[in-house]
Amino acid sequence: MIAFILRRIVQSVIVMLTVAIVAFALFRFVGDPVASMVGQETTLAERAEIRQALGLNDPFPVQFFNFVTRAVQGDFGVSYRLQQPVMELILSRLPATLELALVSGVLAFFFGVGFGVYTALRRGNWLSGSIMTISLIGVSLPTFLIGVLLIWVFAVELQWLPSFGRGDTVYIGDWWRTGLLTESGRASLILPAITLGLYQMTLIMRLVRAEMLEVLRTDYIKFARARGLSNRAVNFGHALKNTLVPVITITGLQMGSIIAFSIITETVFQWPGVGALFIRSVQFVDVPVMAAYLMLIALVFVVINLIVDLLYYAVDPRLRVDRSSARG
Amino acid sequence: MTAISNKPPLLSVRDLVVEFPTRRGTLRALDQVSFDIAEGEVLGMVGESGAGKSLTGAAIIGLLEPPGRIAGGEVWLRGERIDNLSVEKMRRIRGRRIGMVFQDPLTSLNPLYTVAEQLIETIRTHIDVSEKEARKRAIALLDRVGIPAAARRIDDYPHHFSGGMRQRVVIALALSAEPELVIADEPTTALDVSGQAQIIDVLKDICAERGASVMLITHDMGVIAETADRVAVLYAGRMAEIGPVRDVVQAAEHPYTAGLMGAIPTLTQTADRLTQIPGSMPRLNAIPQGCAFNPRCPRVFDRCRAERPELIARASGRHVACWLYETETENV
Ligand SMILES: Nc1ncnc2c1ncn2[C@@H]1O[C@H](COP(=O)(O)OP(=O)(O)O)[C@@H](O)[C@H]1O
Ligand code: SF4
Ligand SMILES: [Mg+2]
Repeated sequence: MIAFILRRIVQSVIVMLTVAIVAFALFRFVGDPVASMVGQETTLAERAEIRQALGLNDPFPVQFFNFVTRAVQGDFGVSYRLQQPVMELILSRLPATLELALVSGVLAFFFGVGFGVYTALRRGNWLSGSIMTISLIGVSLPTFLIGVLLIWVFAVELQWLPSFGRGDTVYIGDWWRTGLLTESGRASLILPAITLGLYQMTLIMRLVRAEMLEVLRTDYIKFARARGLSNRAVNFGHALKNTLVPVITITGLQMGSIIAFSIITETVFQWPGVGALFIRSVQFVDVPVMAAYLMLIALVFVVINLIVDLLYYAVDPRLRVDRSSARG
Repeated sequence: MTAISNKPPLLSVRDLVVEFPTRRGTLRALDQVSFDIAEGEVLGMVGESGAGKSLTGAAIIGLLEPPGRIAGGEVWLRGERIDNLSVEKMRRIRGRRIGMVFQDPLTSLNPLYTVAEQLIETIRTHIDVSEKEARKRAIALLDRVGIPAAARRIDDYPHHFSGGMRQRVVIALALSAEPELVIADEPTTALDVSGQAQIIDVLKDICAERGASVMLITHDMGVIAETADRVAVLYAGRMAEIGPVRDVVQAAEHPYTAGLMGAIPTLTQTADRLTQIPGSMPRLNAIPQGCAFNPRCPRVFDRCRAERPELIARASGRHVACWLYETETENV
């Protein structure tokens, strides 16, 4: 178990270093850092001085080492555009993105599993058929279109829900601004969360359905039925649990994608999260922010991967290599 | 059929027909299969792969997989008709009155639950006992089927057990609610040879102790000869011959059974020529007219190709479906 975790951590570090190389290359070679930092009237001599001060004349390995060292400490420099420390910028916008992603992920998981199980158990009835058809639309429509459609129906036509922003927010602790505790905050979250989670939900649903159908054909399910266990015990106790083993992995990985894809949703709904910040940074070639965002997304993926592996391990006893496997 | 007592048999299958509707017509996988199992009796069921042995078991416990369905006939359990029961009533019979052991112990157990969890769940589904009492029974049962250190091993997961041990666990599960009949569908086929006899012995002994009957499906005639009281021979979804095992093994009457036994008893030639029946069992969409065995039968004659022989009682105490014996019966 400990060896397993250590191995995974080493792998994670390697992944992060690889991403750091990309982020560094971006940072170093896209545009001229000095030109982005200084005004028009700065003289060539002054520019050379800044170059020297920033360490841009050092050999690349040294520069990379310094980049990583600062990154580990959360120092990604100062935003060219906003002249604010990048980390501060990101931290102030992270809660918005995480809340959106979390709510989307939870919605996607529960509805995905629910619909998946329903359509697997009630194959051939009209409701299953409709769910499957609608889910096809869900996977094929682009996210921004779904967002725009939802805004049009629920915000413009029906005027039930706000079409942009986070609504009112309050602080939890020093820096976490949450929208979950205010009514307008929660109302503002609904449309973006659906938009962001819909694709993942259909994905999870189709996966659960396929996996569940597979599991229902297995011998141990037949044997469970042959022992007279109730349908509920067989379908939900025995079949669903086995179905969820692979689903957990995919769902976990989808959480990473949700955060990464929140860029589009945040843009459509003018959601003040890191995705929207990233889009603005790209427009202004605000390289430090872009590099930091890249590292952040990579970190999210790596951490989620690690959690998923541990969950997998907790759910499936076959992965637990312990004393007793030697017996038998 | 055994006619030893006038009590109704434990299980009575009458003219059972199982069909699979397909786009290109309906396949008849079991065609008027009839047999009885007496109280405490071990009935062996043999036949080539695809003969319909597993379907017979599935039809009895009401677990035919759609689109397969019972299209005719009746199944009686201790004088009560069970083939037309509601889903819920049938569920209460499964496990409680009819237990089932499947072929592959490696895939029969849910990998995510401990043996204890699976046993206790099954016991408490059918018998109103506390968790603690169920656990006690489960341990006793595991001990009885020959799991060493049962009290400790019960909390292990299936993958901690070897194939033979897992099949013992499967037997314990099948017997956990004390059924009157156990249907064992090739319970040793997936095991290596060394463990097979033990599993059969365990199954047979426990059922004997409890007075439970067994329907033992296998294609191993050796096992049948040692274990079963009577044997039923299935061919292409039809019953060819049923009778006391010693008689059938030593002097098969149906030419197919004789072929299975590795000997064709004809008046003119002795056994050594044919140990295997040439040809293969017909597919369900190509069962010949008349006797299903006629293209392969060494003693076929005209009538076999035109009319299907009924399963008839013979003076020898068995039942045979073959035109060779019809006249004789009429005279009896
Ligand atoms: N779902 C199905 N659709 C069509 N035919 C089937 C289906 N399941 C089983 N059969 C047919 O039923 C016959 C009997 O199968 P089975 O009872 O499994 O044979 P066995 O004697 O080997 O246990 C076989 O010919 C098989 O092809
Ligand atoms: S009925 Fe005819 S073909 Fe069929 S087994 Fe008897 S002799 Fe052979
Ligand atoms: Mg079979």
